[in-house]
Amino acid sequence: MTDGARVATLPGTPPREAATHCPYCALQCGMVLRETGRRIEVAPRQFPTNRGGLCQKGWTAAELLDHPDRLTTPLLRDRPGAELRPASWDEALDRVAAGVRAAQDRYGRDAVAVFGGGGLTNEKAYALGKFARVALRTRHIDYNGRWCMSSAAAAGLRALGVDRGLPFPLADLGRADTLLLVGANPAETMPPLLRHLTDQRERGGRLIVVDPRSTATARLASRHLQPLPGTDLAVANALLHIALTEGWLDRAYVAERTTGFDEVRRTVAGYWPAEVERLSGVPVADLEATAHELATVDRAIILTARGAEQHAKGVDTVTAFINLALALGLPGRPGSGYGCLTGQGNGQGGREHGQKADQLPGYRRIDDPAARAHVAGVWGVPVDDLPGPGLPAYALLDSLGTATGPRALLVFGSNPVVSAPRAARIESRLRDLDLLVVADFLRSETAALADVVLPVAQWAEEDGTMTNLEGRVLRRRALREPPPGVRTDLAVLAALADRLQGRAPSYREMHNKGPLLTPEEAFPTDPRAVFEELRRASAGGPADYAGVTWDRIDADTGVFWPCPDPDGPDTPRLFADRFPTPDGRARFHAVRHRPAAEPVCAEYPLHFTTGRVLAQYQSGAQTRRVAALRRAAPGGFVELHPDLADRLGVADGDEVRVVSRRGDLRAPARLSPAIRPDTVFAPFHWPGAARANSVTNDAVDPISGMPEFKICAVRVEKP
Amino acid sequence: MNVIIIGYGMAGARLAAELHARDGDRKVTVLGAEPHRAYNRIMLSTLLAGKIGEPDVELAEVAGQGVDVRTGVAVTAIDRAAREVRTADGDRIGYDHLVLATGSRALVPPLPGLDPLPERVVPFRTLDDCRRILAAARGARSALVLGGGLLGLEAARGLAARGLDVTVVHPMGHLMERQLDPPAGAVLAGTLAGLGVRTELAVSATAVATDGDRVRLDLADGRALTADLLVLSCGVRPDTALAADAGLAVERGVVVDDRMRTSDRRISAIGDCAQHAGVLTGLVAPAWAQARVVAEVLAGSDRLTRYRPRPMVTRLKAAGIDLAAMGDAMDDAPADEELTFADPARGTYARLRIRDERLTGAILLGDNPAVGTVVQLFDRGAPVPADRRSLLLGRAFGAAPAAPAASPALMPDAATVCQCNDVSKGALVACWRAGARTVAELSTATRAATGCGGCRDAVAGIADWLAAADPVGATR
Repeated sequence: MTDGARVATLPGTPPREAATHCPYCALQCGMVLRETGRRIEVAPRQFPTNRGGLCQKGWTAAELLDHPDRLTTPLLRDRPGAELRPASWDEALDRVAAGVRAAQDRYGRDAVAVFGGGGLTNEKAYALGKFARVALRTRHIDYNGRWCMSSAAAAGLRALGVDRGLPFPLADLGRADTLLLVGANPAETMPPLLRHLTDQRERGGRLIVVDPRSTATARLASRHLQPLPGTDLAVANALLHIALTEGWLDRAYVAERTTGFDEVRRTVAGYWPAEVERLSGVPVADLEATAHELATVDRAIILTARGAEQHAKGVDTVTAFINLALALGLPGRPGSGYGCLTGQGNGQGGREHGQKADQLPGYRRIDDPAARAHVAGVWGVPVDDLPGPGLPAYALLDSLGTATGPRALLVFGSNPVVSAPRAARIESRLRDLDLLVVADFLRSETAALADVVLPVAQWAEEDGTMTNLEGRVLRRRALREPPPGVRTDLAVLAALADRLQGRAPSYREMHNKGPLLTPEEAFPTDPRAVFEELRRASAGGPADYAGVTWDRIDADTGVFWPCPDPDGPDTPRLFADRFPTPDGRARFHAVRHRPAAEPVCAEYPLHFTTGRVLAQYQSGAQTRRVAALRRAAPGGFVELHPDLADRLGVADGDEVRVVSRRGDLRAPARLSPAIRPDTVFAPFHWPGAARANSVTNDAVDPISGMPEFKICAVRVEKP
Repeated sequence: MNVIIIGYGMAGARLAAELHARDGDRKVTVLGAEPHRAYNRIMLSTLLAGKIGEPDVELAEVAGQGVDVRTGVAVTAIDRAAREVRTADGDRIGYDHLVLATGSRALVPPLPGLDPLPERVVPFRTLDDCRRILAAARGARSALVLGGGLLGLEAARGLAARGLDVTVVHPMGHLMERQLDPPAGAVLAGTLAGLGVRTELAVSATAVATDGDRVRLDLADGRALTADLLVLSCGVRPDTALAADAGLAVERGVVVDDRMRTSDRRISAIGDCAQHAGVLTGLVAPAWAQARVVAEVLAGSDRLTRYRPRPMVTRLKAAGIDLAAMGDAMDDAPADEELTFADPARGTYARLRIRDERLTGAILLGDNPAVGTVVQLFDRGAPVPADRRSLLLGRAFGAAPAAPAASPALMPDAATVCQCNDVSKGALVACWRAGARTVAELSTATRAATGCGGCRDAVAGIADWLAAADPVGATR
């Protein structure tokens, strides 16, 4: 193991070595890659997040670098229905440029859309947003992080004035007297994080987990609340009700550092514990004990994750937990606070620099005139040329190929055929496109539908930065060059911009003031050059990277944003003195429980919920191809309680069919007392018959656009 | 459309909010007789206990945007012919639809000495009652509570929490006889005794007398109890006077149909004052469900909407008391299936009745970890777990799988030791045989304990076990 984060890259010929981070989740575990001959070894390294740990996904991450399924040449489909065939880069890029032109000539600029991913580096996410707004000049760009972080992001922004997943370093978890995890299962989703929880337990801290399933994480807890799916908001309001009636509020903090509490107080008055017990099934005694354990200790931390957030009321649910944290005076108090656990590798950075439909770099709003002026200045384009906000992810995908929707789509780092809610419908929308372009390094289920597939570099073949779940900007470092035939995403964008330059006269021909950039200048292929531009574009925004440099990251264990000044400090902990709101105060918002978008009924009497397993990641396009992970988690399954199975006449291992109003999935039954008898669970990593998202509901949160992945109504049948 | 709601309690306020949340061109006027904004009646016993202040019991209110809330306005009559209500101030306000949410009033028993109510004798019903009790309790050392039902016990508990010496007088043989069976009542009395609340059961009061700062309650058995304060909690009566005067059909409450309409189509009634299918509810949950039905009817959002009563759950939860009662659990008649558990010394009692795999009733008192599950199963009519013990012991849902075998020797080879890296006991043993001897060596070779680190002790245990079983190997 290598200590620290200092560069361990030995460039040149093998043996080569790179100190980098895992390609998968937002924990971004520190690891060292060593190449000797054709062999690449992964070793964990001591980094403040993973502290020398790696899960099986990390250990095996390098197996995809030389995997036989690796794409090393562009693929083209000559006509609908034809097979994908190998093509040259020129042919493939010409085809993309021609398709983009055709769509925009006929239907206007918004006829082309871009769909990004939370796994892309900051540089790529930034360049992709710029490419959409400057080269394509479409308003339609969004990304799969919409299905991940958008509810927590929206709630954090409106309450705290900023959206940084954890407003404090991860190590603070280990020092919390009480830690409340809501809808989070890090034991399976980011195992090395548990080292901090072990730390916490050994110091005598309490861990309380709120989850409808008795997950591996819940089994570590000193208290497990097991609510009916979709009732977390009511649980939070009840906890606040109890804290209020027991006199546990931090009234001085509420008075000095917040606004809007009175309306929240009157709202939670209607959430007395017995009422919420009936709604959620969480015993009053457990609610009271939880409130007590949170409110009467020095250091308390409340964290939410997708279980609470992936609902059509996700923003309000997160808001309810932020209200609780604020009423107890936690945010900004040392060792305390509210945070969310980001999911994807660059889920944080990916949502800061312009991949979101309503956003410009630095976490600026695209409808804010000052933000537009600043970014247009950096990009050297007239401010009026910047498009306005586009549609959020699900609405965007659902509009593809329709009368008013885009006709062409460019996908980078995402696999919506598996990951989108109501996936069969989205799959058919993708098929309706005139042009689908997918940049990926494997033939994902979405790539398999594409007209053009562009083979791009993997994580160990590129430099760049990622921003982890703590808001810590890290360096991804290349071990080696991409294989022949493969280009980086930045190179793909540059080549497309070059081909499309006639389509984007704004920055070359039409306007004769301001800096005129050539496509090569506007879309550099060197990630360090992109980052330098990102620094300028983000300067002064909420997520200010102006003071972050690659050298500074290399010299230490990353840099926490905001960091406006290269010579000034970064910000490991937010909110110590003020909140980044106009008046410096955090804002309470009164929120009320509402039922799931699709209630259970006689025909669909069971709740259905989705999630992850330890040995797979996201849509599984990568991890399903790793032999060791396939052995550990070979396929989809349906988890159901033995009592329910008994009533259905289902035995462990029997194939079952889960049916919703939108579709069905088939997979073997896995009987477990860890789940409520009124709820069934399936992991979402598999395509085809076991695709969980064939079943999920596409109802979305009115504020964030987050789909309701975590609850819908189903029935379970024997096929 | 002009909608008038008479009554700004929990039902009336909820209806105003439900209407506010629905689209439509309508003006809603709420007339509340009490002078303050809507409050949560359920929190009054907490207010009595002194843990919170009056603002803390206020409920969220909708005002503006088509909702006009007027507090301190008493309605004196309904003129159905003119479609108007008249207020004590002499106003006349026209309506297209009128909703009665007048609630109920505390019953004052017909005992000598209670007419007029003496200063130190107070019913426990409204915020104003609460204020009077608190005023009387100031400087008081003892209190009597007449009535051992849910509200009386909540008041008793609240006053005891203030440090008063409290005695509950109840004419029936056990406490909360409408919800509890005699053994549960006895366990509850024991729990209350531990909290400083005495109970006098099966004895009626015959008269009340006041003497300066003291109140005397005469009992039918010839005894007399004295205290600084007497709280009356002898039940409530629906407030139906306006409805009766207006000629609406009134029995014990204002008679309503499934859409909460009275005998006049333009007038609805909800909450404590309403009598649906012969039943008075007296609880918040049904009142709120009724408010939703009226809102949907008036907004036209769901013309087929009907009020469907759900089974009632009585819940008493205060520091030191945890009681849930529902359904037919106080019945003497034998059930198809009955589960019981009693530990009176620790204040725990459970009785559950099951028919056709469904709960028909339950009493849970004390520390019952499955209470949330039981309430939900009863409320939803969902099937009970095959393992009935889980309803008593709280293992219904999410019981942890069997703990790993205590001794590595008993663990099957295929058992997973390290979840994060999918390492079995067999793999560790094989590694040992190949020469790895320490936890670090086993970890390096198999990656066990390199993820979350949680299995480190288990790996160490296996290493120790192998060393003990194979001393030669260990020293080699």
